[in-house]
Amino acid sequence: MRLEKHPILEVKRPEPFTFFFGEKELLAYPGETIASALFANGIRIFGYHPKDGSPQGIFCANGQCAQCLVLADGRPVKACMTLVQPGMRVAPLAGLPQPPPPPRTLAFREIEEVEVEALVIGGGPAGMSAAVELGKLGIKTLLVDDKPALGGKLLLQTHRFFGSREAVFAGTRGIVIAEKLAAEVRAQKTVEVWLSSPALAVFSDKKVGVLREGRRYVLVCPRVLVVATGARERSLLFSGNALPGVYGAGAFQTLVNRDLVRPAEKLFVVGGGNVGLIAAYHALQAGIEVVGLCEALPECTGYKVHKDKLLRLGVPIYTSHTVLAAHGRERVEGITIVQVDERFQPIFGTEKTFACDTILIAVGLDPVDEFYRKAKEFGIPAFAAGDAQEIAEASAAIFTGRIAGRRAAQALGRAVEIPEDWEKTAEILKSKPGRLHPPPQAPDLPVFPVIHCVQEIPCNPCASVCPSGLIQVDPADIRKPPRFTGEKPCSGCARCVAFCPGLAITLVDFQKGREHPTVTVPWEFDPPQGEVLAVDGEGKVLGPAEVVGIGRVPGADHTHLVRIRVPKDWALRVAGIRLPKEITGKIPPEPLPIPDEAVVCRCERVRASEIRVLIRQGVRDLNEIKAVTRAGMGACGGKTCRNLILRLFREEGVPLEEVTDFVARPLFLEVPLGIFAGMEEP
Amino acid sequence: MSYDVVVIGAGSVGTPAAFYLAREGLKVLVIDRLPSPGQGSNKAAIGGVRATHSEPAKIRLGLRTIEILSRFAEEFGYDVEWRPGGYVFVAYRPEEEKTLKELVAVQRSFGLDIRWCDADELLRIVPDLNPVGLRGGTYSPGDGHCSPLLLNHAYYELAKGAGAEFRFGEEVEGVEVRAGRVQAVRTNKGVYPTALLLNAAGAWAAKIGKLLGVEHPVYPDCHEAGITEPVAHFLDPMIVDIRPGPGSANCYFHQLATGQIAFCITPEPPILGEDRRETSVFLPQVAKRIVQVVPRLAGIRVRRTWRGLYPMTPDGLPLVGFAEEVKGYLVAIGLCGQGVMLGPALGELLSRLVTNKTKPGDQIVLEKLSPSRSFQAQEVLR
Repeated sequence: MRLEKHPILEVKRPEPFTFFFGEKELLAYPGETIASALFANGIRIFGYHPKDGSPQGIFCANGQCAQCLVLADGRPVKACMTLVQPGMRVAPLAGLPQPPPPPRTLAFREIEEVEVEALVIGGGPAGMSAAVELGKLGIKTLLVDDKPALGGKLLLQTHRFFGSREAVFAGTRGIVIAEKLAAEVRAQKTVEVWLSSPALAVFSDKKVGVLREGRRYVLVCPRVLVVATGARERSLLFSGNALPGVYGAGAFQTLVNRDLVRPAEKLFVVGGGNVGLIAAYHALQAGIEVVGLCEALPECTGYKVHKDKLLRLGVPIYTSHTVLAAHGRERVEGITIVQVDERFQPIFGTEKTFACDTILIAVGLDPVDEFYRKAKEFGIPAFAAGDAQEIAEASAAIFTGRIAGRRAAQALGRAVEIPEDWEKTAEILKSKPGRLHPPPQAPDLPVFPVIHCVQEIPCNPCASVCPSGLIQVDPADIRKPPRFTGEKPCSGCARCVAFCPGLAITLVDFQKGREHPTVTVPWEFDPPQGEVLAVDGEGKVLGPAEVVGIGRVPGADHTHLVRIRVPKDWALRVAGIRLPKEITGKIPPEPLPIPDEAVVCRCERVRASEIRVLIRQGVRDLNEIKAVTRAGMGACGGKTCRNLILRLFREEGVPLEEVTDFVARPLFLEVPLGIFAGMEEP
Repeated sequence: MSYDVVVIGAGSVGTPAAFYLAREGLKVLVIDRLPSPGQGSNKAAIGGVRATHSEPAKIRLGLRTIEILSRFAEEFGYDVEWRPGGYVFVAYRPEEEKTLKELVAVQRSFGLDIRWCDADELLRIVPDLNPVGLRGGTYSPGDGHCSPLLLNHAYYELAKGAGAEFRFGEEVEGVEVRAGRVQAVRTNKGVYPTALLLNAAGAWAAKIGKLLGVEHPVYPDCHEAGITEPVAHFLDPMIVDIRPGPGSANCYFHQLATGQIAFCITPEPPILGEDRRETSVFLPQVAKRIVQVVPRLAGIRVRRTWRGLYPMTPDGLPLVGFAEEVKGYLVAIGLCGQGVMLGPALGELLSRLVTNKTKPGDQIVLEKLSPSRSFQAQEVLR
């Protein structure tokens, strides 16, 4: 299914064309990837693994794994990275693909070498910010990115950003920040941008191999390197973890927010960090039912405001719960979660099973830092920024990108300072959510905002947008929760309500008398009418309430301000609204899963049992596990299974100091031999 | 506790040797400085195994290895992905045609199953060869390839099963020699008394020799290899092109049992030393060469590349046998990148040598490969 409308994103499609999947003729739109076009047509199984015939679908949606391999006009390609073409014949892979036919002519050209002062790998918030800093200093810079547009993961972020409004566009939606930063990059005369151009390897002779526009191999010789390659999603081991329909929250956001398809009907999210919480919210915005979200810790680790948004919309959140199994034969049909004790051991008897067709794994991110580590090893001056340096919010990435850009300039001998407060700001923006503060006292005023944001997080748009300066956030440390001073009368403009990224401010209005208050709440879905359910900060239903008005604030695109009439006792407690709706269905529980069958190496289909046997025999070298089982030899090169194998070691009680890591090898991505030979279209 | 034999190196040579020695009832200890078996050059090998050399000692060892591999699953219960797909040396110029034809005559005189094929016949064996300018080539159907990793690991398991001990992550720091005899091996973690030391340290063999005051003419030379994604089977033999090219003396590639294409070049001039860090030179160089030989490779995607060390000797032949300088010091070194294809047969030979059970043909091999030889000759085809 494609999204026909979206409360935040504009849905605008050019003229469609047809392509084939097997014998079926299907509709696609220009600019869609094969994966998105297949999802849009309800196809979620892309092929079958050559080793055991298991169904394969989308996993990373980011060109990093090869789960989504399909045949396109006879050639194996990654469905998530390849654009669908009119008349293209796509076929599911079953067994190994035939080698493509030979090229018509053998014409090789010399591999071009390009000298630049600075090379920035990655065009997300960090990379763009670094490139802007380099450009402002007139430094000859090349920015390469593997995607067809600048922006990185900002392009998936439909929510308003946290952080400081002055420093990093807080209060603005990620998709808009992407445009602003991209425009700044384009304005730099000395910055050249290559899109659809993944970096493939950093070599010891200080050159970086880049696949320019997906078709030409170029060696870039930079004097300094900025690595802003972002993060990759962690995976999880459970029974059924490799079924089509189990994938990363980032992959999901790509399908929904970039490609505007609806990849799921009923969704369960595993992981209560910001990524999981936000993905669940994005799902709701796309009209997908979120059956639930579980988090193994006793409390969600993401921002409380994100969690509360979900609770207010009626999404059940199961803390101290983990996933036990995904059910289904060819694709996900359900999930069983189980409560865990303080040592994260399952408490059997507490299993809960839900029907769902998609399970999002959002259990953390790891830096994509291979190029950075290689550059360091080879003595290339290199600076990591954004998630490639340390996993944090995109706002922090903008800042660490700027810092890395300046550091790179310094390494090139440019006399440029890094302002003292930059480091501090970066640190603040990187901070994890802090302690909770007691809710503030209500002032004795006819109109005033109620701030439901009580957790320390780096954020200040509310203070920045108040025209009367009545909301204060400690400017020296924007992690402190905001405070309404009440020194002057509040005009009731509701700008704070509209711009709060956490949707955590309401406006209470007693002007029609103490007995008949209205409350204005922010709403990022289609505007509601008639009766809604009023809910408190953590989603508890207070009762029905009537919608008496819908407004907007200039500049706050797509955020509706819904005014509801409520009994006076609720006025201070109402934090949001929910549409009356039934959620969750149950399927009969299946027998308890055997975790041994969890797939550790997805590329080569190696199960936990195979690796566990080796660990118990005394194997302590990941390279030996690789030699014996092939785990890590596949398309992704151990990017996904490495962490999972280490987890198996931990579970087996092996201290990780005893374990030898994989040897890191190029290439980062698979590229046809002919390209390296200097052919244009092998 | 003392050992009958201490083997240094759990690689392509040391591991099979440990097995065959332990199988003879000897108490064997294998020491390797790396964390697990085969982590030196074994895992860098692409697994070609041939008997079609031009030197009788290597021919004998190669033929025997092929015998062992073809019965490996049956005899030992391990699938090492042995595939007897043969070797094809292609000729696109009169120079190579002449060299190969002369060589075939020599090889056939040793009883090897190899023949010259004209272009048409060769294209029937390898339909995807570039026909443009193809003059023909040699085909030796008895040769083949296996997985070096699985082979080494099988020998490791077999050796352990036969009672051999392995110590990984231990660096040999000294060898105690008294009255001209080996007494014990000293590592960073312990001392292991033994009267017999087998140096199977591959590219690092000369360093071990130094500990005994023996100079070995073995020096590492770095080769780079790569592997593609797996594709459906389309290529049976190992293809070798001995035409020199820019920066390379030859190139060779084959399709593994699991479908991937593994490919290598021999750098010319050689890249001496132990540096195994990836360079930007290899991929464009090798890709252009192999795509010209089998154009169909152009569309197959490269997955990974790596470098490995060839322990080279002045005449291209290994050094096998007891050293003259120190009693109880046995070497099986300088395999020149052919540890996988010679190691199994060499392991058997070493065990016969140690247990005084040598067969009539062994003497020819031991004479040719003697560590005390003069190193004058040069092998025609390495």
